[in-house]
Amino acid sequence: MPDHAPILRLRGIGKTYATPVLADIDLALVPGETLALTGENGAGKSTLSKIVAGLIPPTQGEMQLLDQPYRPASRSEAEALGIRMVMQELSLVPTLTVAENLFLGHLPQRGGFIRRQTLFDEAAAHMKAIGLDRIDPRQLVGELGIGHQQMVEIARALLGPCRLLILDEPTAMLTKHEIEHLFRQIERLKAEGVSIVYISHRLDEVEQIADRVTVLRDGRHVATRPMTELTQEEIVRLMVGHDVAESAVRPPLPPSTPALRIEGLGRGTRVRDVSLDLHPGEIYGIAGLVGSGRTELLRLLFGADQKDHGNIFLRGSTEAARITSPMSAVRQGIGLIPEDRKSQGLLLDKSITLNTTLARLTRFARRGWLNLAGERTAADNYVQLLGIRCNSAEQSTQELSGGNQQKVVLARWMLRDCDILLLDEPTRGVDIGARADIYAQMRQMADAGKALLVVSSDLRELMEICDRIGVMSAGRWAGSFARGQWDQQTLLEAAFSGYSNRPQEVKQG
Amino acid sequence: MTTLTPSRRWYSGVVGTYLGLAAALLAMVLFFGAKSEYFLTANTFITIANDIPALTVMAVGMTYVLIIAGIDLSVGSVMALSSALCSLAMLSWGWGLAPALLLGLLCGAVCGAFTGFVSVQWQLPSFIVSLGMLEIARGAAYVVTDSRTQYIGSDVDWLSSNLIGGISPAFVIALLVIVVGQLVLTRSVFGRYMIGIGTNEEAMRLAGVDPRPIKIAVFTLIGLLSSVAGLMQTSRLEAADPNTGIGIELQVIAAVVIGGTSLMGGRGSVISTFFGVLIIAVLEAGMAQIGASDPTKRIITGLVIIAAVMLDKYRDRRKQARQAG
Repeated sequence: MPDHAPILRLRGIGKTYATPVLADIDLALVPGETLALTGENGAGKSTLSKIVAGLIPPTQGEMQLLDQPYRPASRSEAEALGIRMVMQELSLVPTLTVAENLFLGHLPQRGGFIRRQTLFDEAAAHMKAIGLDRIDPRQLVGELGIGHQQMVEIARALLGPCRLLILDEPTAMLTKHEIEHLFRQIERLKAEGVSIVYISHRLDEVEQIADRVTVLRDGRHVATRPMTELTQEEIVRLMVGHDVAESAVRPPLPPSTPALRIEGLGRGTRVRDVSLDLHPGEIYGIAGLVGSGRTELLRLLFGADQKDHGNIFLRGSTEAARITSPMSAVRQGIGLIPEDRKSQGLLLDKSITLNTTLARLTRFARRGWLNLAGERTAADNYVQLLGIRCNSAEQSTQELSGGNQQKVVLARWMLRDCDILLLDEPTRGVDIGARADIYAQMRQMADAGKALLVVSSDLRELMEICDRIGVMSAGRWAGSFARGQWDQQTLLEAAFSGYSNRPQEVKQG
Repeated sequence: MTTLTPSRRWYSGVVGTYLGLAAALLAMVLFFGAKSEYFLTANTFITIANDIPALTVMAVGMTYVLIIAGIDLSVGSVMALSSALCSLAMLSWGWGLAPALLLGLLCGAVCGAFTGFVSVQWQLPSFIVSLGMLEIARGAAYVVTDSRTQYIGSDVDWLSSNLIGGISPAFVIALLVIVVGQLVLTRSVFGRYMIGIGTNEEAMRLAGVDPRPIKIAVFTLIGLLSSVAGLMQTSRLEAADPNTGIGIELQVIAAVVIGGTSLMGGRGSVISTFFGVLIIAVLEAGMAQIGASDPTKRIITGLVIIAAVMLDKYRDRRKQARQAG
């Protein structure tokens, strides 16, 4: 590989808005290699890849593609030259078919009418060529699971000539099986001489797929090394600039009355007959594959959806709690950090202060009038306590990195002082530094007697922070493990257990 | 209020947010002043001040409605119905002025509450529900007045009488509504919830805030303010005209939008809305004085609306470009 002439060369690439976000990036990519681009959120990975893909122009430096000057004015110009990017956010039209989405912008037509047969034939041929023939081109994208949508997005990027494919967090929504499929596709593309830039937080994937690793920190190039010379720990050290502290093992909890007990809770086929108890001071993890009903369970507990059957008991009460809406859940001391902080958690273009005090605004009010200064002081305290990186508490949350955004949502519930906190993927898209801060806060909350129920797709995260881990599989409760009883293998087996029974269920149904 | 922080922000806010609007307004005043020798006289401004109270109070309500990402098309009809009911009470039922006015206000509030409740409870777009209310209230106004203008006489003219220097109590009320409206928006729990609902209703729900009562309250409020506008109009005419306020909803929305309040919700300012009202009023008065024909006036008003929104969008983009860094 290294003896090939580089396909793409970057010299001194930089981007400055009000402040520099990227500076002095030198990089060369050879054909057929996979370069993993890593770094904390805000390190400049997305900016760099968007520059290469023609979405934004650099303010300094120059690029060369096959020894020719390369200055794409737009994404389509970059695509015409064979440089393609799959963005983190899906850009498919859910109300159109897979085939229409694939060829959007250049649909086969005659006199303005779509030639449907040609369209579906070409789509089918393309999907088959990249090994995705199990997705029906005639199906509406909105009907596909999120993993399949992601695969369609990638399939679209692979239409037409491709020299360089940039994948930005492609596996965030994928199951293990789909990830493997994606990796096979990457290997196939590499064999054809396509270079891959792979952006990911998941270091085990990076280790598995990358030939070389480039680490960015604060918009600067820290290191580019062959993966074989690196370990995951070393990558993390390069990203953070210092060692990430290992968590202390939490002492076992004294017996207590459960803060939350649920019995036979269910809703349709998504959540079926789930029972568990959660104690004060406990961090209880819920593992499971995407779509196994974990998020739905949290939404039931929070009253965001209504249960079909089962009961919820709070704080040892023998009378079932009536949780009919998020409002009633909050009144009863339950908080939720939702899965998607941008669309469900934050008022994005509003300030940190406003977002922090939202769930308990009345504390800062007298007869309906707000004490703005008191509100601001409280927000400042949380900014300091959680180490939220910002100019001031008046900064709008959309300008913050994912980790800092999540800290704002966390601050909201800390301020609300709820004693049962439900967290759905609290560290998705959160960089390692902020992740450690969030874990530390969760532990402190538990030490203060709060009960935390955490859904996460990151097993290592759950194994690090939780006292117990329950596993959901296909809507059912597949077991619960105390600290010391679990290992990755056991948890994964439990997570898959519900799916192997599926054919049987179909027969019965 | 206890420290300097809010007032400093208020000051910088005035400079930053209102500079463009104030400059536009000033430019228009100077332009018409140069074109017509009669424009820059006290008379012009007193006329404008007495012309705008009805538009102003409705525009404050509309600002709130747009902030929660709704819209209310029924303001003109509700205005007419309130005025009509008030006249019915005084003329046919022999009610005194005070109870009749209260009845008018109640009528507006009920109409608004109905629009709000129906659109919230059945999750219907407020555009459609208020369109229905527009027809209902207008029809009812014709029924109540027997489709004729009902003359009440000087009993009701105190709202538009000369309070001081030609300025009417109605104008003072409108100013009060502006000030209180801005304070409620920026410094009350209710205002904060409105902004939150307009920005991201689902996030508000998941933060444990019920958006429904807030939304119904906002629609009730605009109904109430429409009836205030109706009574102001009644007072000026000394009569209840069932045709009053036809098409005024568009003028109200235009004023709010010129002020820079977003139709997408979550963002807006009552002070800016007042600038929007002034811009529309100055434009009308100025063009009347330079003898522009009605069609010309309408074309120019239309262009101003579009230009204002374009300017706002441009500012937004620049802000976003700066934030991308």
